[in-house]
Amino acid sequence: MLEVRLFATFREGRDKILFMEHKPGMTGYDIITPLAIPEEEIAIFLVDGRHSRLNTVLEDGSVLALFPPVGGG
Amino acid sequence: MVTSYNGEVLRVNLTERTIKAEPLDMDKAVKYIGGRGLGTRILLDEGCATVDPLSPENKLIYITGPMTGTAVPTGGRYMVVTKSPLTGMIACSNSGGIWGAKLKYAGWDAIIVEGKADAPVYLEINDHEVTLHDASDLWGKRSLDVEATLKARHEGYSVLNIGPAGENQSLLAAIMNDGDRAAGRSGVGAVMGSKNLKAIVVKASKTQIEPNDVDALRTAAVDSLKKIRENGVTGGGLPTYGTAVLVNIINNIGALPTRNWQESYHPEADSYSGETMKDTSLVKNSACHRCPIGCGRVVKLEDGSVVGGPEYEPLWAYGANCGNTNLDAINKANEICNEVGLDAISTPCTIAAAMELYQRGYITDADCDGVPLVWGSTEAITTWTEWMGTSKNALAKLMADGSYRLCDHYGVPELSMSVKKQEIPAYDARAIQGIGITYATSNRGGCHVRGYMISPEVLGLPEQLDRTTVEGKAEWAKIFQDLTAVIDAMGMCLFSSFALGAPEYAALLNAGTGTNYDVNGLLEVGDRIYNLERVFNKVAGMKPEDDRLPKRIGEEKIVNGPSEGMKSEIKLTLPQYYEARGWKEAFPTEETLKRLGLEDLIQYL
Ligand code: SF4
Repeated sequence: MLEVRLFATFREGRDKILFMEHKPGMTGYDIITPLAIPEEEIAIFLVDGRHSRLNTVLEDGSVLALFPPVGGG
Repeated sequence: MVTSYNGEVLRVNLTERTIKAEPLDMDKAVKYIGGRGLGTRILLDEGCATVDPLSPENKLIYITGPMTGTAVPTGGRYMVVTKSPLTGMIACSNSGGIWGAKLKYAGWDAIIVEGKADAPVYLEINDHEVTLHDASDLWGKRSLDVEATLKARHEGYSVLNIGPAGENQSLLAAIMNDGDRAAGRSGVGAVMGSKNLKAIVVKASKTQIEPNDVDALRTAAVDSLKKIRENGVTGGGLPTYGTAVLVNIINNIGALPTRNWQESYHPEADSYSGETMKDTSLVKNSACHRCPIGCGRVVKLEDGSVVGGPEYEPLWAYGANCGNTNLDAINKANEICNEVGLDAISTPCTIAAAMELYQRGYITDADCDGVPLVWGSTEAITTWTEWMGTSKNALAKLMADGSYRLCDHYGVPELSMSVKKQEIPAYDARAIQGIGITYATSNRGGCHVRGYMISPEVLGLPEQLDRTTVEGKAEWAKIFQDLTAVIDAMGMCLFSSFALGAPEYAALLNAGTGTNYDVNGLLEVGDRIYNLERVFNKVAGMKPEDDRLPKRIGEEKIVNGPSEGMKSEIKLTLPQYYEARGWKEAFPTEETLKRLGLEDLIQYL
């Protein structure tokens, strides 16, 4: 199982947290496609707290976090 | 030659009650740009590095930059430069709103306040008509109250003032302006209080500043505005969520210091995140003068009142760092900071330290006046903020001077999460290597806006660096510190730098002042300012060991969350940083000062 956490505008019209069944070979693209999140809107893609690329192969049990461009200080 | 400097400085001696106009030293202005740079040079030259910060000999400089009041986006800032009573070193606290722009429109680049009034006073500036008034009826009043009273008395004025915390000379006291805007850090409000100066009100008949090259400034400003609007952070993220949006990001990478940095991940952080604030308490955004970003928040409390909302730092500090999950209590505590005039970063961080002292039995119920300092207590965070602001009891008085003095009082200074006695903000430096370098080497003590390495290490701007590695971080930290010094000195908001870079700042500055800086020349001024501040600190008594992270952050590992097991590599990066700066044992070498045109500072080494 994968835990997918959505933040900021990605929450509009979607759940904050969802769980997806893990399949071998899955990457970030298999997450964002069913969620209809365009790749270019993703500024930060975290896998278990580490910045990652969308084509990273995901391991079972991972927690993913997706953010659009945001910042502060 | 027309430039976006006014060319005039107001000097007010409160002891003698004299007021005079002086010409701005234009050579110095160009060499240090303005604001933070020029203010520090003036303070050093006027002999303030060795004075007692709360004595009449210290000076309090309110200073704008050459972009303040111009048509440049975010060009509305002013800075308060003085010797800090909290750190004993240089203080430069930066604020927005409109007060700074009005000061500029009134014809002044800066106000230098010296001496001490024998009774409470406030200063009225109406263009070149400047008057000192009796302020005894305002003394003891809260900041928003003072603002309302003075606005009713002086129509069309913008108000800057201190609350009770400044009057009590709390070392965490802020200077407030235009409601909830604050020159918050390093205890600048205590210096104002020590001078018996309650407020400065400003009115101006002008509404613009003429630049050196009108067309070039228009072109550069339009270009900058376009970049700010098109940028995902300044054009989308910040306006929609404010800085509060960082809560979830920083927590999800495991860098949200929790319970006075005993942990680094707070599972309930979403309950006070920017997203939750937007869904529950946000009323609208607010913006400083000439700012297209508008990161400010206006929120509604559960009791129905509408107040200025918290930034990311107080959300974190009153949230995770105090083990609290209640957003309304954070909104309320933040509002109390604004009313009593306290730094909304150091105040909650000191409460967090007090909570750890309570957890460990140093502080007991007997000290707590019926409000125990228990992790997560909403009553504790609001009540102790109020008590710190009004010096209600012995413990509150001690806490009002910050976590270092508090923890030192109990014999455990290592429980203060501070650098140079100023509390460190909201990003765990064990999980983000570069920010640790800027924390340790910040000239004003623990601070995130002296080189915001979160930008490349977490947000991926201008490019994504690996937050866990050290390679190249020392050089990055130096460049970020130098560029930040330039932006501050110009009088622009640091947040513009999510969208703009050195070429844009150079174009704006050149059009305003008639200078001819290229990117390297501009960054060299930043380097110069950073070295100048460091020399000020040296004269003030700084030692190499003051560039040090507290033991917990510098030596211990993170114990929970996604960054569990990580530790700071500051022992490795600090020497690399000194090398990049051309420093030996924390201070510039003769060659470095010469290279930066600071030969006249060699005498202080
Ligand atoms: S970005 Fe925020 S703090 Fe900066 S000038 Fe704009 S409103 Fe003020």
